[in-house]
Amino acid sequence: MAEPIVLRHRTLPGLDRLTAYRENGGYQAFEKAVRSQAPEAVIQLVKDSGLRGRGGAGFPTGVKWSFLTPGVFPRYVVANADESEPGTFKDREIMERNPFQFLEGVAICAYAAQANVAYVYCRGEFWDLTGELDRKIAELERAGLLGERLFGTDYSLRIHTHLGAGAYICGEETALLESLEGKLGQPRLRPPFPAAEGLYGKPTVVNNVETLANLPPILERGADWYRSVGTKQSPGTKVFSLSGHVERPGNVELPLGTTFRELIFEHGGGIPGGKAIKAILPAGASAPILPAADDVLDSGMDYESLAALGSALGSASIIVLDETVNIAWAESKITDFFEHESCGKCTPCREGTYWMKHILGRLMGGEARSEDIGLLESVGSGIRGKCLCALGDFAALAVTSGIERFGTDFEIHAVNGR
Amino acid sequence: MALAEKHRAEIQAILAKYPPEHKRSAVMGLLYLAQREYGYLDRQAITEVGDLLNLEPTEVGSLIGFYTLYHDRPGPTYRLQVCTDLPCALRGAEHFARELRRSLGVAGNEPPTDGEFVIEEVKCLAACDRVPVFQLQEPEGIHYYESQTIETALAVVEEIRGRTANG
Amino acid sequence: MSSNGVRLTIEGTEISSPSGTLLVDAAKRMGIDIPVFCYHPKLKPVGMCRMCLVEIGRPARDRATGQPVFSEQGAPVIQFGANLETACTTQVGEGWQVRVFSGKAVEGRKAIVEYLLTSHPLDCPICDKGGECPLQNLTMEHGAGLSRFLFDEKQHLAKHLALGELIFLDRERCIQCARCTRFQDEVADDPVIGLSQRGRRLEIVTYSDPGFDSYFSGNSTDICPVGALTTADFRFGARPWELNAAASICPHCPVGCNLTLNTRRAAGGDGRETIKRVMPRQNEQVNEIWICDKGRFAHHYAHSADRLSRPLVRENGTLVEASWEAALNRAADLLGRLGAGLLGLAGGRLSNEDLFNFRALIEGLGGTPVMDDWMAGGDLVRQFGVYPGTNLGTLGQGDAVLVIATDLHEEAPIWWLRIKQAAERGAELIVANARQTRLDSYSTQQLRYAPGDAVRAGLGLLGALTGDPKLQSYVEDRQTTAAAKALSAARNLIVVYGNEGLDYPGSEALARACARLLSAGNHLGRPNNGLIAVWPRANTQGAWDMGLRPLPAGLAGRLEQSTGAYVVAADPVGDDPTVGQLLTGLRGLVVQDLFLSPTAELADVVLPVQSFVEREGTFTSGERRVQRLYPAMPGPVESLADWKIFAELGHRLGLELEGRTAGQVFARIAAQIPDYAGLNYTDLAVSARQWPEVGGEDLYYGGTAYDNRQGLGVQLAPRPGGEPPEWLAAAERRPSGDLLLIPISRLYDRGATVLPSELLSLRLAELKLAIHPEDAERLGLIGASRVELSWDGRASTVEFAIEQDVPRGAGLVVRSTGLPLNRPTEVGVRPASS
Repeated sequence: MAEPIVLRHRTLPGLDRLTAYRENGGYQAFEKAVRSQAPEAVIQLVKDSGLRGRGGAGFPTGVKWSFLTPGVFPRYVVANADESEPGTFKDREIMERNPFQFLEGVAICAYAAQANVAYVYCRGEFWDLTGELDRKIAELERAGLLGERLFGTDYSLRIHTHLGAGAYICGEETALLESLEGKLGQPRLRPPFPAAEGLYGKPTVVNNVETLANLPPILERGADWYRSVGTKQSPGTKVFSLSGHVERPGNVELPLGTTFRELIFEHGGGIPGGKAIKAILPAGASAPILPAADDVLDSGMDYESLAALGSALGSASIIVLDETVNIAWAESKITDFFEHESCGKCTPCREGTYWMKHILGRLMGGEARSEDIGLLESVGSGIRGKCLCALGDFAALAVTSGIERFGTDFEIHAVNGR
Repeated sequence: MALAEKHRAEIQAILAKYPPEHKRSAVMGLLYLAQREYGYLDRQAITEVGDLLNLEPTEVGSLIGFYTLYHDRPGPTYRLQVCTDLPCALRGAEHFARELRRSLGVAGNEPPTDGEFVIEEVKCLAACDRVPVFQLQEPEGIHYYESQTIETALAVVEEIRGRTANG
Repeated sequence: MSSNGVRLTIEGTEISSPSGTLLVDAAKRMGIDIPVFCYHPKLKPVGMCRMCLVEIGRPARDRATGQPVFSEQGAPVIQFGANLETACTTQVGEGWQVRVFSGKAVEGRKAIVEYLLTSHPLDCPICDKGGECPLQNLTMEHGAGLSRFLFDEKQHLAKHLALGELIFLDRERCIQCARCTRFQDEVADDPVIGLSQRGRRLEIVTYSDPGFDSYFSGNSTDICPVGALTTADFRFGARPWELNAAASICPHCPVGCNLTLNTRRAAGGDGRETIKRVMPRQNEQVNEIWICDKGRFAHHYAHSADRLSRPLVRENGTLVEASWEAALNRAADLLGRLGAGLLGLAGGRLSNEDLFNFRALIEGLGGTPVMDDWMAGGDLVRQFGVYPGTNLGTLGQGDAVLVIATDLHEEAPIWWLRIKQAAERGAELIVANARQTRLDSYSTQQLRYAPGDAVRAGLGLLGALTGDPKLQSYVEDRQTTAAAKALSAARNLIVVYGNEGLDYPGSEALARACARLLSAGNHLGRPNNGLIAVWPRANTQGAWDMGLRPLPAGLAGRLEQSTGAYVVAADPVGDDPTVGQLLTGLRGLVVQDLFLSPTAELADVVLPVQSFVEREGTFTSGERRVQRLYPAMPGPVESLADWKIFAELGHRLGLELEGRTAGQVFARIAAQIPDYAGLNYTDLAVSARQWPEVGGEDLYYGGTAYDNRQGLGVQLAPRPGGEPPEWLAAAERRPSGDLLLIPISRLYDRGATVLPSELLSLRLAELKLAIHPEDAERLGLIGASRVELSWDGRASTVEFAIEQDVPRGAGLVVRSTGLPLNRPTEVGVRPASS
């Protein structure tokens, strides 16, 4: 790939210092927008670029912004830095190593949304990182890049960090807003969506860190340039978080549409110990597992292609599993995760994840009965399509796709025990 | 009202982040502050935070159980939390956690004899490329220790023990 | 409404539903019961339990053009969603087709029931909810015979958790529907319970002290769809199907909440019929489906075993049991010889029938019947009370309510609730008091006046409204002017007045000011306009309507001029022991009551009466709604209804009083009291279908409050009478003591109707004087723990507490906690020597 768009610190060291960031063109996009572009124009530009949400849903960002209810103020922008999906660690690197590009992205989004206040909701474990962000924000204020009447215009903007306290569900945007409002982090009914009724009931844009970090380059270099990278329906680059059985786990920024094979074997160094690759979880815990057959390995990694494979790209946390992994074990880890993180608001997820965890516990512990796999599949299917938010569906899909595609791994436990 | 007296400036800074008519948003920040001050969030802490925000104690107290980083009962000062979620488990984290416990002579989640710290297993910490990883949780905050070995982890434990010994 | 109608088809039947209707309600109205748990028609929908899953098909639209798509036959193409949807969160849509009983929908709901049952304990045999449990009913309908869940994996959680001593929680039964926490949050605005933890461990917690500290906590057990929340009063008491139900009216306050009394014989002991629980009865115009906890829990006095069960006559200085014949003869003999010096003292728990006969008897003997009360204005309420059709639940934008000199949360909680909700719907709410009360935070404007100066505040509003030059001296500040402006701009205005800080003349002056306020703004003669008095008892308005009045100057002076007294449903000696001396000095004293009170102990004759649960009668509420009570159980064998006793005495004294049935007494009332003309018991028993539906086949929908088939009551029209009387000047306050002692009300005091309910014992108000820190300093009380109060040559020692929100110059004491003062009094205050 020519050059990174988001992980620019890889080629420009010291980019986490404001002077270096500005020397490399930083904050010119934001200043230009505030001084001379109408918010609507910025929204249109982002629409034209085709940028899609990088947090998991892949919804076209500019379109999401355009849903803000006209004439209703104040507006808010919230950066979703609750990164808690197993296998995802991209937002952390962006905020640690290229923080000003991220913060400039927040500022651009706020300007486009005509918001004067933006919040960065960080997961509670990012304690040190959040403290560092606070210092960077203070530095921006001293430099006149945040605060009142920016660049001599009427536009004012303040950014505040808000520390979460350990709940994956707060990464769901309406649950995040509830948490930010000081309540239990449980998802809301949608509609209404945050663009209509968000933080404190006001029109709000909630965007992922990586999505926001894409904005300064897009504003600087234009929509056409952005579209020249990636695929037609999934333009731009994606930061892929590669983990599990690879030589070199880590974040890799590549154009959308790059194949699994290239990511895993070229950039990731292949499978350690000469083992064969068995399966891929392309979106951490939140998408169906894929057998690592050629059609998968040679598939491009973008939103459409993954859907065509019967899975999803999500936040692109690519977890690689080699031949030594029993998929039932892997799914039991995932089910454990979802049971731990279920907010409990709706019946099928609350009761279903608990039930599935126990059935899988029996399977892993060698105490399974012959009907348990069928029961597991039935419980999982019963959850699908009935929950208040996607967590329940993800938990169900993890189990049902595992059974469907790697049934023998489950049967082994049912028959032999541990 | 110990909190209001001792930490007036910090409380004001937290409140200042949010619109005054929505000061309920400050509850999470204030709970961290109270937890730092008191070590854990008991009835008094809950009431104090509620008074600062004009909230019923129940509105404050009910949040604590929802979030894993708030503690409503006394416990060890230092929580050494090893991630053993799937990506870490694939790279040996479960074995690491077991080994660490064995080296320290603790079983399960029991605190070791000095009671000041405990080893726990937690979910994904977003450090899946630097396995094994643990976070050290103490009332003052949370710090990551990544790409650990048993040796480096034991050294951290020694350092903690040194801290608690010196008060 | 129907011009805004949305047409859709549910289970093959086309209906028209007002736009904005939730699908679950639209189905309900056409007789299709979609099962729900978390949804409740009086709460905002949340879509949590996922029980109400249905299939929704919407008219297809062309993706490109947005135009509807039609089939070859010309019918709109209907596209059913891939997933089931929750009917409780979805508003009706034009042209929709909804399938409730399709295989997919039924299977979907079956799955939800199965999930709920994995955690739910098999408690039915010991669970109070059995027999009125929606989960039980649904399981019978949908549940599999054998659970697929392994028992060993079931969660084991606390089963007898006291959320406070009044409400118990069984964590295993809870299905996390959050109806209780949402009720407390949205309806009661008392977020003293909340959800904590997450996932399957999601649980109800309370951090208030005492736990679940809300006057409305009992309602959560009605709307809890399982046996998770139960009351300490009823739990393990009886099975719902064993209970008899009788309609009644709450005896505690002038709201007049409709009740259903559930009775059954006691399992052990003497097998007496007993009240097992008090439940709300639906009356959307009075109390909707709620009652406060006092109405729910403070019923034990009415069927207490300590009740008087036989007449008593004094023989040789002691009271001995006697037959009714003997007792009535003795009483008649006594009363007949007292002549014009006979004072009849009646309390406001008496029904209209009792009061009517009482007045006829006393006046027939030449005596004077009076009310045991200290608040004026009932005659004004007769003329300017709220107009028929008034319903606090319909107030909103453009309407206004003025609440003055009362603490509604303590004195009439359901009015507090409904008025607060009116304010939340946009009604202008002006709260005037010397101190902060719980209604303040919902008010649009607050008026503060000095302690005791409610009349000045009322006249100030009147002056600002009318511009009357003679009143301008009372218009003291901008707030008064702003408030008056808001009142005059209101389309409808209701004025609610109490007597906190006022003596009798003061309350008369305030009532007049309020009446003139209404008249000046033309806020009379139509629904949602008029005057409401916050009486201390349930049927004080009825007493005024029947022609009784309080004694303006108080009881003591009057007793000194009397030859004898007939005291009914009142305990003046219990209120103030020094009255005992005045009573013993009388030639004759007849007392008629439920218990052998301190007053009864001094009597020559004591007559036992039936309580409100044992007899018929009518009460007239503060909104002037006449409502019937029905007997729920027999009283002590030898007790009679008050009206009957008066008739019997009358007959012995040559007076013709109606004594056959309560209904026939009421017929006389209708014939002789113009306000009640044309009414009869049958009219009062007329009920109508109300929305939302409760207590029906599908208990889950509205909860277990009872539906109302015994009568909604009738609201009386105000008596025509022209202008309100002239306003009275505010009395000049001449502070002569250290403090103005102001009696205030608390819902749970130590009165005779509350004390017998032991389950409330931890929540009763204490006897103590509350004063402002500055006054404490001024009076040298810092460091003291008790104070000596002195007034009129008397003294009393009490505890005291320093509280920031007591007005300066005032000392607050809760009524009925033991201090013999029930009107504002200048008192001397000094530290008590230990």
